Amino acid sequence: MPRVKVRLLCFAVLRDITGRAETELELADGTRAADVWQSLRAQHRELAAYELPPMTAINESYASPDQLLCDGDELAFIPPVAGG
Amino acid sequence: MNFLTDAPIDAAALVARVMRPSDGAYVLFEGVVRNHHDGHAVESIFYDAYRPMAEKEIARIIDDVAREFPGVAIAIVHRLGLLHVGDSSVAIVCSSPHRGESFGACRAMIDRVKQTVPIWKKEKGPDGEEWVGWQK
Repeated sequence: MPRVKVRLLCFAVLRDITGRAETELELADGTRAADVWQSLRAQHRELAAYELPPMTAINESYASPDQLLCDGDELAFIPPVAGG
Repeated sequence: MNFLTDAPIDAAALVARVMRPSDGAYVLFEGVVRNHHDGHAVESIFYDAYRPMAEKEIARIIDDVAREFPGVAIAIVHRLGLLHVGDSSVAIVCSSPHRGESFGACRAMIDRVKQTVPIWKKEKGPDGEEWVGWQK
């Protein structure tokens, strides 16, 4: 089964919850961003209430959580933004 | 692209960067750390960002606003890191030959920056600290 390597970035509250800013993931080909979110939810009970990721970014642009991940992608889940 | 800074904001320098001899007005907006939020006392705010994406997103917003308000020159800088009450977190300058376009563009800039740019803030006060917008 082919695998894809993805870099997961966590910012702000998600970095506090997961305890790491960056994680290298090796995923089955065909994995979607939303699947990665579900595995994060399974690992961290603070995320249990969030059935869907607040927002998803792939390679520094907003993307659908249903997007298939490709080898070398940079994935980030974007908690509610609060600039200004 | 260099819209993010870790240093205090120099609004006068930002104004100087956009003003052209044909401009008859500029509007300067500064967002400032205040000492309260939702009934809690606030002492400081830590700003975090997905820096490369935030830079791109701000650039995209500038392009959109410049297209909607032709003739307006736009500059913006957002500060990151630990800020205290009274510190400016963001400054936006819009200049134009007449004042109307600058007011409109400046308002559009700050509204959109708050909506989509991946920047986050953790408020700290005597009651503890929390990431703004995150429902526990």
